[in-house]
Amino acid sequence: MNLHEFQGKELFAQYGLPVSNSKVIYEAEDAHKACRDIGGSKWVVKAQVHAGGRGKAGGVELVDTPEDAILFAKKWLGKRLVTYQTDEKGQLVNSVLIEECTDIAEELYLSAVVDRDSQRVVFIGSSEGGVNIEEVAKNSPEKIIYEPIDPLCGAQGFQARKIAKVLKLNNEQTKQFTPMLKNLMKLFIEKDLSLLEINPLVITSGGLLHCLDAKINIDSNAIYRQPEIAEMHDPSQEDPRESEAAKNDLSYVSLDGNIGCMVNGAGLAMGTMDTIKYFGGNPANFLDVGGTATQERVSKAFKIILDDPEVKVVLVNIFGGIVRCDLIAEGVLAAIEEVGVEIPVVVRLEGNNADLGSEILSKANIKIESINNLGDAAKKAVELAK
Amino acid sequence: MSILVNKNTRVIVQGFTGSQATLHSEQAIEYGTNIVGGITPGKGGQTHLGKPVFDTMDEAVKSVQPNASLIFVPAPFCKDSILEAAESGIELIVCITEGVPTLDMLDVKKRVDELGLTLIGPNCPGLITPGEAKLGIMPASIHMQGSIGIISRSGTLTYEAVKQTTDLGFGQSSCVGIGGDPIPGSSFIDILELFENDPQTEAIVMVGEIGGTAEEDAAEFIKNNVSKPVISYIAGQTAPAGKRMGHAGAIIAGGKGTAADKISKLKECGVHVADNLTEIGSTVAKVINK
Repeated sequence: MNLHEFQGKELFAQYGLPVSNSKVIYEAEDAHKACRDIGGSKWVVKAQVHAGGRGKAGGVELVDTPEDAILFAKKWLGKRLVTYQTDEKGQLVNSVLIEECTDIAEELYLSAVVDRDSQRVVFIGSSEGGVNIEEVAKNSPEKIIYEPIDPLCGAQGFQARKIAKVLKLNNEQTKQFTPMLKNLMKLFIEKDLSLLEINPLVITSGGLLHCLDAKINIDSNAIYRQPEIAEMHDPSQEDPRESEAAKNDLSYVSLDGNIGCMVNGAGLAMGTMDTIKYFGGNPANFLDVGGTATQERVSKAFKIILDDPEVKVVLVNIFGGIVRCDLIAEGVLAAIEEVGVEIPVVVRLEGNNADLGSEILSKANIKIESINNLGDAAKKAVELAK
Repeated sequence: MSILVNKNTRVIVQGFTGSQATLHSEQAIEYGTNIVGGITPGKGGQTHLGKPVFDTMDEAVKSVQPNASLIFVPAPFCKDSILEAAESGIELIVCITEGVPTLDMLDVKKRVDELGLTLIGPNCPGLITPGEAKLGIMPASIHMQGSIGIISRSGTLTYEAVKQTTDLGFGQSSCVGIGGDPIPGSSFIDILELFENDPQTEAIVMVGEIGGTAEEDAAEFIKNNVSKPVISYIAGQTAPAGKRMGHAGAIIAGGKGTAADKISKLKECGVHVADNLTEIGSTVAKVINK
């Protein structure tokens, strides 16, 4: 689960990290009061969406008057911001963050991730901030440090000093950085983060470290023990079908093809998409209906797949492991009737009682192609989608 | 011969009296797996599926001497259960549960490694040695005793590979689902090493998917340490970047973890890559009958 910048900064503030004075607004007319409350004569206004690259897309501006802040809010609230990280439709802006202006002397980079190779939380620091870190990693790897933290010991002072060297901090800044690193690690562990990125981490004209941005992802598996974080969930930033699927405990990802896929198991669902592509078709979605493909779940899955107007045919691919294919076949039939599916459906059943399952499907009054070989089933679906 | 488990493996089931554990324990017992009892805190002293139930692993160890554990407890309690098994010296721990928080696994993995134990999963179908023992949720009927060792990050994809190798008459020596999480208890490399040293295994099928670099690391290991032929299939060639594809670990992040990268690295290291999911079995046949 992703957080907005302003939510990330709220967490930073809770953990004693230096962030700017700011206000979040949801209505353009509140911008004036927000600027006055923050004070000063210059403000940074930032459209809040779950995507990077906002600055280049016009989603971040420096304004000199509260009136300009209102204009900016009017321009973006309720609109969609398209950046290089979003799709062509962009992300809905439903809040704007107004911050006091920070005078920047240097831009640095700091992030932390769960690294699969070392199986540790690893902090990544660079003296090159405000730019794409993958570019820096490619072009000047010597400017980046990777520091793994032991999960049981936590971040230590020597590690902060080590990272500070690469960030080229002076002694005063290193003293400021040490508790920052420890608190960031504490935040990472206590709130079940999977990613934390401050890009840029800046040195102000006054020589102090300051977090100018905040990108935070939370481990979805741990949301159950993070009630405060769960409250921050913003479904408007997600594909509506993906949110609907998640509510029903189905795993769904929208794609741009026209063959709807319903599969049990995440790996097999990906394998099915690949097989469709292999035979010249294009999958409309990834959908894992789960280990037990009951009628109820299959019905819900059909509804979500058919909500996509591009879908011309549905390919159902079920490997009946523990569940028997004849039961699945009955479930699929009942679901098709319940939902009123009008486009062609190709069903591939494999595993326990697969033959019995296809017999049930072939006797049904509804038009279903029952093909037990996955390759042939995929080919049929591709043909029907043309 | 077999890897990790056989008929004599003494299995204890954690979360024994739950519905999933009951269903799959019943099938495992029917398959011939030597389940010696189970653990459900608060239900110690009862009998379930004809086996004794204990409150703690400590009691189970003293009473029925298990050397493997099969875990079905809900995700919030997996860290506790895995550590309970580990601290009691259970050598092989298989965790089926999906949805274990990643940070829990960081702690667990460190401790299990320190103790020198083997953890399979979480978020996996478990493992089976056909004709010997089944510690997991895979359908027994598709398996056949034979010569192919199978390792996979995905459940249903393992079944595809199993079915195809059974249909062609090869059968399997053992099948291990290592799970779809970012921090798995055992890696491809851990299991590849076991298959390399198992005389029954003639060839190895490794089923991978997008996310991380476990397949690339395995490819390098295969090049240097595995003499048996390895056949691989990688799922997710059509997966978009930045989206979690069901499994917590199946995500292309920062340009890393694409299927194309994995396939080219595997080929470079001498692994036979099946172009398509439907060709795993036929690729095995081509390699073995050469």
